[in-house]
Amino acid sequence: MRMTDLGWLGRLGIEALPLYSWVAVGGALVTVGAGAAVLLGLTISRQWGNFWSGWVTSLDHKRIGVMYIVLALIMLIRGFVDAIMIRLQQAIALNSEGYLPPEHFDQIFSSHGTIMIFFMAMPFMTGLINIIVPLQIGARDVAFPLLNSISFWLTASGAGLVLISLVIGRFSTAGWTGYPPYSGVEFTPGVGVDYWIWAVIISGVGTTMSGINFIVTILRKRAPGMKLMLMPMFVWTALCSSILMVFAFPALTVVTAMLSLDRTFGFHFFTNDAGGEAMNYMNLFWIWGHPEVYILILPAFGIFSEVVSTFSSKRLFGYPSLVYATAVIAILSFTVWLHHFFTMGAGANVNAVFGIATMVIGVPTGVKVFDWLFTMFRGRIRFETPILWTLSFMVLFVIGGMTGVLLAIPPVNFTTHNTTFLVAHFHNMIIPGVLFGYLAGYMYWFPKVFGFRLERKWGVWSFWLWTIGFMLAFLPLYWTGLRGMPRRMETYANAEWQPFLVLTFVGACLILCGIICLALQLWASVSKRSQLVDTTGDPWDARTLEWMTSSPPPVYNFAALPVVSERDAFHVAKQNGTHLKLEFDDSDIHLPRNSMIGVILGGASFCIGFGMIWYMWWLALLGLSATIAVIILRSFREDTEYSVSSQQIAFDVAERQGAQ
Amino acid sequence: MTTEVSREDNLPNEAEFGFWLYLMSDAILFGLIFATYVVMVNNTAGGPTGDDLFSLNNLTIQTVLLLTSTLTIALGHQAAVSKNAGSAIFWLVVTCVLGAGFLAFELRELNDMVAREAGPGRSGFLTSFFTLVGTHGLHVTAGLLWALTMIAQLAIKGPTPPVASRLLRLTLFWHFLDIVWIGVFSVIYLPGLMG
Repeated sequence: MRMTDLGWLGRLGIEALPLYSWVAVGGALVTVGAGAAVLLGLTISRQWGNFWSGWVTSLDHKRIGVMYIVLALIMLIRGFVDAIMIRLQQAIALNSEGYLPPEHFDQIFSSHGTIMIFFMAMPFMTGLINIIVPLQIGARDVAFPLLNSISFWLTASGAGLVLISLVIGRFSTAGWTGYPPYSGVEFTPGVGVDYWIWAVIISGVGTTMSGINFIVTILRKRAPGMKLMLMPMFVWTALCSSILMVFAFPALTVVTAMLSLDRTFGFHFFTNDAGGEAMNYMNLFWIWGHPEVYILILPAFGIFSEVVSTFSSKRLFGYPSLVYATAVIAILSFTVWLHHFFTMGAGANVNAVFGIATMVIGVPTGVKVFDWLFTMFRGRIRFETPILWTLSFMVLFVIGGMTGVLLAIPPVNFTTHNTTFLVAHFHNMIIPGVLFGYLAGYMYWFPKVFGFRLERKWGVWSFWLWTIGFMLAFLPLYWTGLRGMPRRMETYANAEWQPFLVLTFVGACLILCGIICLALQLWASVSKRSQLVDTTGDPWDARTLEWMTSSPPPVYNFAALPVVSERDAFHVAKQNGTHLKLEFDDSDIHLPRNSMIGVILGGASFCIGFGMIWYMWWLALLGLSATIAVIILRSFREDTEYSVSSQQIAFDVAERQGAQ
Repeated sequence: MTTEVSREDNLPNEAEFGFWLYLMSDAILFGLIFATYVVMVNNTAGGPTGDDLFSLNNLTIQTVLLLTSTLTIALGHQAAVSKNAGSAIFWLVVTCVLGAGFLAFELRELNDMVAREAGPGRSGFLTSFFTLVGTHGLHVTAGLLWALTMIAQLAIKGPTPPVASRLLRLTLFWHFLDIVWIGVFSVIYLPGLMG
């Protein structure tokens, strides 16, 4: 089929509907139904105006952060449905086809990984950084509020492409890593891999811009007196993570764009014939992919640091060592990518270098674990939900870390490569390490954002179900991996594995209950919000600046900027019964006006992606032209800010004091 | 009156600092495409090599055009800083002409190669060649659009501080593309022509 012979709809036709499997039809109906329900709900409750002006076009970093986290939680549900479907298939597919055809099963594990990394973990992290970092450094917004909104809508646009692939066309069957030559057009000609490519490129561009935004925010917008070594630990980890975003994400953009050129325009980067180099893909992909692991986990380390210190009622132990450990991890993360493909055959010496570098990363990570333990040592620990996640993390993460050191030994790696041992290992890092950290952050900072705490009971239930569910779901996979079970098996003939796979399915069911408990917790807390309300702005007796302002904070965050002279300055002032010195300034506060540029660029990039996927060239060109036109027109506008008068601020402050 | 200059005043503004970070990110992007080219340069799959395809004349003209434009855009920025909008517009127009000339010669070269059955689908070598040169060319195109926008802004708004800041960022971008071109020149064409 020649591309120029296609009509307006490109290669889109009636066969794009997911009629190949009843499960896929069900998934498509649920996706469309959920989308329609949201639109209907907004219409019935007449909330379109609020939704548009309060959220979609808002440039307030706190609201953009909340939208990121809502996106992450929606995608968590979608990604988890994929996960439990994989587990159910493997639990029953001994010597049988199970309930999923192979083509569909392959889409499910591909979308599970893609969603969980790019559209669950990344937005969750970006959302938390967005909300908390400006508050922790005593700033009124991020450095580039409009860029922030654009980044969010690009991420949402990528997520939209993944979601819509379930309804129109199919998703990739090439796994979340999309290795060629299988992902090349010769072996996988449909739209699936293209959906994956464009979802990843579009959201990846958004992430690169988020990284730039956060670096400038942290380095240039700190409160007076806040030197680098006085920054809260979460800000440090956000800074290192952002630096990694700026320097690692170009690799992802390059490698996916090259794969797209191969697939769409007949280039030969990774093909088997005409001088392609498939192995170059693995290198480029993991030059991004390994730093990505640390992009995700460093902010989680930051959250654990804040939580441990607050709920142990103690100063963070070994703050400088935590800062240096974070920086060292960030640097070393660029030196280990080859350990993802020791079996490629780079040679014993190369493998040895990368194996040793990998083990070295364990050292600063170990330093951190000891710092957290010593922070708790002789502390007065309050067992609120955030520290429960932290405790569970510390135990499980050490187990995962040790299996990582095993995998870092090339000869061991050869025997466990692409087995479920590896699957168990990286889930062991990413669920307790990353997700538990974000959930701890969610429960810790929720009262700051919404003005009331999440109630404890369902949070504790969720914590136990997630922790036990995780152990049941993944520890058996270490065993099956050692017994030789490859990852991504749609069906298998070895009866020895089945009891373990049934056990992992039970674990997945417990995690499902844990997710339901999260929803119940949110529901119960919203209904009982008058009892859980936080009038002080500091419900946990915490230590950093975000707790100094009211909950929820006013749109300008701080009426007067705090002057910082030491670490945990807010806590020290509380101890002395004084207040932090404030920098009073009678001038008005300037804040960014709402802008629809973000959502327009998100829509335009969706058109570019959708057009490229389906060969609707006019749509892609339309999206590209709209993008360029909007950026140029915006650059002519000067009135992008509005001001809040000092009288208004004084009135707000008086009103808040009256309310207390 | 005090003449003391605080540390804050010497720091670039936030937008300029952010733009430096973007350039660093873009440098990584080019670095990876360069690395890919070096890996694939010998994967000619029986097709033509750089020796067969590259022309010294074309390369010289392109290089002269682009390197001259980096001087003219710097003059344009200086004119805007000294509040001389007319002169700034003049130098930007010259820059655009030189940049468009560069692109025209580049497109002619690439078209010739496609016409000689040496397009990007011919071999791994040509794939990586077209991608590297094409990525640079797309950046130059974006820079041209940006320069045209700046001409309009100078004409409408005059050399106000936000316009001058945008022009500074465009100048940085343009210099960056020159540096990348020197990389293209040294990594692609010189070894190809030396055979």
